Amino acid sequence: MKSFTYERPSSPAEAASAVAKTPNAKFIAGGTNLLDLMKLQIETPAHLVDVNGLGLDQVEPTSDGGLRIGALVRNTDLAADARVRKDYGVLSRALLAGASGQLRNKATTAGNLLQRTRCPYFYDTAQACNKREPGSGCSAIGGVSRQLGVIGTSEACIATYPGDMAVAMRVLDATVETVDATGHERKIPIADFHRLVGDKPEIDTTLRSGELITAVTLPKPVAGTHIYRKVRDRASYAYALVSVAAIIGKDGTGHVAFGGVAPRPWRVEAAEADLPRGAKAVTDRVFDGATPTHENAFKLKLAERTLGAVLTEARA
Amino acid sequence: MVGASAAATLVAVPSAAGARPAATDAPVLAKVALTVNGERHELELDTRTTLLDAVREHIHLTGAKKGCDHGQCGACTMIVDGRRINSCLTLAVMHQDDAVMTIEGLGKPGDLHPMQAAFIKHDGYQCGFCTPGQICSGIAVLAEIKSGIPSHVSADLNATYEATQNEIRERMSGNICRCGAYSNIVEAMTEVAGRQA
Repeated sequence: MKSFTYERPSSPAEAASAVAKTPNAKFIAGGTNLLDLMKLQIETPAHLVDVNGLGLDQVEPTSDGGLRIGALVRNTDLAADARVRKDYGVLSRALLAGASGQLRNKATTAGNLLQRTRCPYFYDTAQACNKREPGSGCSAIGGVSRQLGVIGTSEACIATYPGDMAVAMRVLDATVETVDATGHERKIPIADFHRLVGDKPEIDTTLRSGELITAVTLPKPVAGTHIYRKVRDRASYAYALVSVAAIIGKDGTGHVAFGGVAPRPWRVEAAEADLPRGAKAVTDRVFDGATPTHENAFKLKLAERTLGAVLTEARA
Repeated sequence: MVGASAAATLVAVPSAAGARPAATDAPVLAKVALTVNGERHELELDTRTTLLDAVREHIHLTGAKKGCDHGQCGACTMIVDGRRINSCLTLAVMHQDDAVMTIEGLGKPGDLHPMQAAFIKHDGYQCGFCTPGQICSGIAVLAEIKSGIPSHVSADLNATYEATQNEIRERMSGNICRCGAYSNIVEAMTEVAGRQA
């Protein structure tokens, strides 16, 4: 690990200012992803701004019947929150499908949104990776790609966003709230938060330098059966090959997003009109234009079948 | 240490240098007071020191183990402010004033914690390397179940939860045992939870 200086600011704006004015500075919250990457020298911040003392750890009702989740609410607490369990079951389920108990106790809501890809070529510093070293190439293309993306990828990068929580937040139409060094606040719809790869795979999100996530808000609950179904190589503690976050109504209509397939939670709202016609009608549209590799083309069929299982479960 | 880390840098830095501002190799020291098993320790540590390394190398409590050092194996599990965490994935400087509990604080020979006694009774280990983490995790898992925290295998999110075999296995998935003592660990935890195996 490279050495770094460390500070504990006393307000969100002060934290944002500290990161904006210090070269190569980063926020640290739970640290479960950042420290892992720092040990491998994939992340090499010269300065860490510890935001753990800033509060931002409450789940509160909003005036329009939704919930405001503080950036530092731990994954365990969010999954166990009585309102989330009752009204946003897909979010509880997604959180509980991710990581291990120890990690969920540390990992935060904001940090989970910002976790970096688990592409093995991103992690292996001996390999070319445009996300880790812009311009160095992509060893994943033509390499071992079973786990990697099938849509929203580019010739520069086929890595996926690895998380579960954000897939549920995408289907819930969440909004990410931020503050910057000048105290300016911004609301970013979750649909616009994670970037498509394009030719800049090193930039995962639309956050600006020094911009600090303060909360994630959820609109008022959507009625229906909330389901998060995750398919992975182990029964527990593994990243998704494919996951489905869904809210399905009694009449078979609803909303659906997919994880494990793209550089961001993948949702095509227009395809949701086809939900009453069954899984294939939906996934044909959701994955229109997919460019899988020969090793991960199975994910297209797997997505269809996983959604099929979700629709069956919703009818039961 | 500085020399070793500088030497490693010469080997490890990729050729496409200049893409990011380089961090320096000069250690940065910070004062931190850690409370471990009820005892306060005033330390001056390199900011890079993880909670695990602080406890093992500076406070000399070597019960918690460094297995993978990446949060994958659970051998480093400690209970901090009542919650189990991977002590390898957190910095010591981030734990000023926190209450850290390690395996050494749970019990002693002749005065074992019930979970320690149950692990012995049920052969919940072979080589023992993962055991301190398993026991810390096992105690925390039963507390999590009691306090109403659901898991991936809980059928109903709005019910209360019990320490069934299925729940224990899912909740313990962050603790790896290469000797494969899993079924005996489940038996030990089941006994402490007051259920029939």
